[in-house]
Amino acid sequence: MNVETAGTLGRGDLARLVARDIAAGSFVNLGIGQPTLVSNYLTTEQNVTLHTENGMLGMGPAAVGDQIDEDLINAGKIPVTELPGASYFHHADSFAIMRGGHLDVCVLGAFQVSATGDLANWHTGAPDAIPAVGGAMDLATGAKETWIMMTLFAKDGTAKLVPECSYPLTGVGCVRRIYTNEAVFLLGPDGVRVRETYGISFAELARRVDIALLPLGA
Amino acid sequence: MLTFVETAAQAVAGIRDGSTVLIGGFGNAGQPMELIDALLDGGATGLTVVNNNAGQADAGLALLIKERRVGKIICSFPRQSDSWHFDAAYRAGEIELELVPQGNLAERIRAAGAGIGGFFTPTGYGTMLAEGKETRVIDGRGHVFETPIHGDVALIKALTADRAGNLVYRKTARNFGPIMAAAAKQTIVQVSSIVETGRLDPEAVVTPGIYVNTVARLGVVPGDGVAATYKGRAAL
Repeated sequence: MNVETAGTLGRGDLARLVARDIAAGSFVNLGIGQPTLVSNYLTTEQNVTLHTENGMLGMGPAAVGDQIDEDLINAGKIPVTELPGASYFHHADSFAIMRGGHLDVCVLGAFQVSATGDLANWHTGAPDAIPAVGGAMDLATGAKETWIMMTLFAKDGTAKLVPECSYPLTGVGCVRRIYTNEAVFLLGPDGVRVRETYGISFAELARRVDIALLPLGA
Repeated sequence: MLTFVETAAQAVAGIRDGSTVLIGGFGNAGQPMELIDALLDGGATGLTVVNNNAGQADAGLALLIKERRVGKIICSFPRQSDSWHFDAAYRAGEIELELVPQGNLAERIRAAGAGIGGFFTPTGYGTMLAEGKETRVIDGRGHVFETPIHGDVALIKALTADRAGNLVYRKTARNFGPIMAAAAKQTIVQVSSIVETGRLDPEAVVTPGIYVNTVARLGVVPGDGVAATYKGRAAL
């Protein structure tokens, strides 16, 4: 059954929804940009441990004032804090944590996601663009579950959930969930299922997205 | 052989034109600024540099690139809001870029230090960064073959060395230091403090001295045991 509400979700509401869905006790990596907002809505009771690619588990909130320390930064090179129980490790260990499947969830942004879970989020492919990949491919491929936060529709109104990605891929078949302002999608072997919608009907969503969508109960 | 030197210039004096130089740091954290400045002053050119980024703003690696001393850079994330010197060199066709996913970059460096001839990794499989590379399906999953990255020299930054060359790092400034120390023929380390052998807890040593060739205490306030930026935290 699809939940229809008065409007689409705002950025904060979307981050709150993702945070709520993270299981208690999880080890999680939040990508640069919009996914970072999720940390604002994690509760103490959830006991989620945050990983940052530059060699830390147990990352705390952004540092302010006297807490700022140039040796303690996150993947976006923003000063952060350490929580009790934090640990530091070198880069090969940090990416072994990802690649080895030790992270329960990573949350990333996206340019496009395909119906089969292919992800494009690092490069527009434009000839004059300088490519930079960072840890995106390792995260998308390595975490037990890759979740995406993105706007469902591009500025020109076309859906970013597509039959096949036209931008260069970050990973193949790696996305399990997509959180957007209009709907939450679950990707599985039987296709793309709509878990809930916000401010749009299932029928309207199905009309505007160029892939087959399954309602939750089907 | 392990040598302790007084200045950054002495530390980098042996770096020749055309060397492959592994430079530690993620952004500015762990970036051995004084050693890079000395490399700039020393004049070595035609370098291949391995670093996560391609320099920030007007310091360190960014200046080496600005002065066109780097012929090739192997990195994961060159493009940033303040990577203007790299951007200019790249757009002018005056620097070669080998873009590597960050985990593959780290593991390729680790493999070099560990004597591994290469490895199959799922990261990058099916993407343009795997084009032209050997692939194999292992346990039903596509993998890409990646080769080690050896350095002629590593320039890294640690917090403290003892007289045996053992190193400890500080927080997320550790990043590439330990794996680069192992992957280069000559590992040059700048530290904030040097202590007598026996003063570092052997259980807490991160990089064993066997990987270290040259140590210099740099970037610290004279007479202080702690880097100026460390806001009074004790080294030990």
